[in-house]
Amino acid sequence: MSVQAMPAIGIKEQPLPAALTAKDLKTIDRIAGINIVVAVLALSIGALFGVFQGLEHAKVFNIYPFLQPVIKTYYQGLTLHGALNAVVWTTFFICGFFTFVFPRSFNRPLRYPWLSWVAVITMIVGLVTAAVPMLTNNATVLYTFYPPMLAEWSFYLGLTLLVVGSWIVGFNFYFTYYAWRKENPDKRAPFLALAITITMVMWQIATLGVAAEILFILLPNALAPVLGFPAPGLDPLLSRTLFWWFGHPLVYFWLLPAYVSWYGMMPAQTNGKMFSEPLARLVFWLFLLLSTPVGFHHQYADPGIPEIWKFIHMVLTMGVGFPSLITAFTVVASLEIGARARGGKGYLRWIGRLNWGDPSYAGQNLAMILFIFGGIGGIINASYNVNMAVHNTMWVPGHFHLTVGSAVTLSFFAIAYWLVPKLTGHKLFTKWMALAQVWTWFFGMLFFSNAYHTLGLLFSVPRRTMLGEAPYYDSAWNPQMMESVLGLVFLSISATLFFAIMLFTWIIPRKLDKPIEMPVAEPLNPNPAPKWLDTWWPWLNGAIALVIISYGPMLFQLISNMTTWSKGIRVW
Amino acid sequence: MSEQAHGPEHESAHPEAHEGQGVHVEKWEGIWIRISVAMVFVFILAIVISATAFGISVPGASGRMDPATLNDADNPFSQPGLRELAPGKYEAYIVAQTWNFLPDRIEVPVGSQVTFHITARDVIHGFKLAGTNVNVMALPGQVATLSATFDTPGDYNYICHEYCGYVSGAPIGHHTMYGVLTVLPADAAEATQSTN
Repeated sequence: MSVQAMPAIGIKEQPLPAALTAKDLKTIDRIAGINIVVAVLALSIGALFGVFQGLEHAKVFNIYPFLQPVIKTYYQGLTLHGALNAVVWTTFFICGFFTFVFPRSFNRPLRYPWLSWVAVITMIVGLVTAAVPMLTNNATVLYTFYPPMLAEWSFYLGLTLLVVGSWIVGFNFYFTYYAWRKENPDKRAPFLALAITITMVMWQIATLGVAAEILFILLPNALAPVLGFPAPGLDPLLSRTLFWWFGHPLVYFWLLPAYVSWYGMMPAQTNGKMFSEPLARLVFWLFLLLSTPVGFHHQYADPGIPEIWKFIHMVLTMGVGFPSLITAFTVVASLEIGARARGGKGYLRWIGRLNWGDPSYAGQNLAMILFIFGGIGGIINASYNVNMAVHNTMWVPGHFHLTVGSAVTLSFFAIAYWLVPKLTGHKLFTKWMALAQVWTWFFGMLFFSNAYHTLGLLFSVPRRTMLGEAPYYDSAWNPQMMESVLGLVFLSISATLFFAIMLFTWIIPRKLDKPIEMPVAEPLNPNPAPKWLDTWWPWLNGAIALVIISYGPMLFQLISNMTTWSKGIRVW
Repeated sequence: MSEQAHGPEHESAHPEAHEGQGVHVEKWEGIWIRISVAMVFVFILAIVISATAFGISVPGASGRMDPATLNDADNPFSQPGLRELAPGKYEAYIVAQTWNFLPDRIEVPVGSQVTFHITARDVIHGFKLAGTNVNVMALPGQVATLSATFDTPGDYNYICHEYCGYVSGAPIGHHTMYGVLTVLPADAAEATQSTN
């Protein structure tokens, strides 16, 4: 008998899968909960200023003289409205939601749970650092902070920390993804985990623009008087270009978490299945590819950028509309499966059988309906010369209150209606209040945004303006202004309901009827997606290449011809 | 508390064996994807046609100018206002600054073609001629140039549409920053000319 060595071929060392324990879940849920508390608090202040602005625009009530001890001007309030709603509410909610979903989707703990603590603490320190100058009227520069207008240095430092914190959330996901892949070399990454990781990588590429603007242009100028060196000066056009490198993919950072839910969770909330799981992956890969190289469509009206570059970005912007068009079909098909499983019949009658009684479902479905109009408006804005009719008019806030203000925010409300009961272990307070909340938001935004679109298109009413005090205010605007106030009434009721629901669900320990499971839509077709839809390098390299091609030459030109003529100014 | 594994679990050791590299697409889904692609191309084509055949365009490359030189005697912006180039042809040099336009009144006879040169002295401002496609950002350091023909008499406001500051309690601010371009009817324009 001879002893033969076992052949080593074919045996690869594969780490054992790490189990997701109750202790891991407790940490994850605590971090998710902290994120959501901060998000909701930020929105409660941000939304309040929205109501003040709307009432001022319509000359119904100018509250600003009464806010004097705290808030100096309309524009300080507007800065808070934009920063708290568009940046703080979204970023914190997204990081909380993702931190909750991502490890559950992989059924694996985060690679470094302590890194999640570092992330959330960095974000909160950043928020406080930026909030102090905003609240003391030392950063009344709106959330786009276009220089030469220059805020106090701590505003930029705070924003930087907030963004770096969100990067750390992403880093933890990348480490976890890598560890999971080592443990599961032959499996497809689950859709939810993949979609979340793609969103964070897209955010990583997008934020490089604003990081460069802050670190190389704004902070040196803002720190100069503090540290006593001469201000280096700045180039307003270069700064704007770096901002909009970030500014448009920012909207996809808001939108894609809603898509994560619409594709991968919401069908399960109405007994449906994912109609076409591989296409859902393709949609997310296309967003990674096309989200960033489109920023010049925010600068169509800027002098100093040749038309050809604006045209190229227009074509790419139309391209990034394509994955949303696929979404319109595929998500609706997934929901239709559910409605038919619930007994729905006919070409359209099945719509009535969707799970409208569940506020978490109804809110997201209403968000989708408003996003149809938001999407059409987006294509209009992207349309190059057509944009000249509406650029920087009230049309624009009309548009983005349908997108970030409805498609995204209303979806996040609806997600909170299962997530917050899950995190607190308390029953939602109450289902009927939540249903009233999502419907009032839907009608409120419908009236409000219709009025603002019309004001911009018909009367060229400017955005970002204290209209009630404007000498060119025209009584011809009154019908639309009244319509917007009607929208505001609905929105005020809706926002109040939302904060009440969040607070009471948290503090009143009502027993859950049954344990809440995270909704996860199963694919209709059980065959795994092809491997090229689970492979990073073509998409990631493609995204980087497109950014270099579409931004490289123009940025090279802007940087090599950079001027330092402009100095930071405080104009508030 | 126990959690089920979520998401699609594909246990096959050899996924390649029973799967192609293509994505299975349902019939109507495939039709919709084709319609979507066609829509995107039609939109782009419509823009190309309107920009080339009808000449409706956006501001492009521009001149650059140090804002500190705006008051220099040889700088055309040192005397902002309207200049007649030829009968019916004008150019307007406009400076946007906190918180007004120089000039804030412009009058042209109906049918005039006006080329606007716009720059900013301090921070970023905006310039939109209400009811027209004349819409541009005014950036310090950049000179925007665009032109329009005015065939309908009336008053057209040009409004600053980018936030440019406001000090609490001040009588002026971003929201008071505007000007008026008046297009005079043919007879009124002649009357003005004869009185001059």
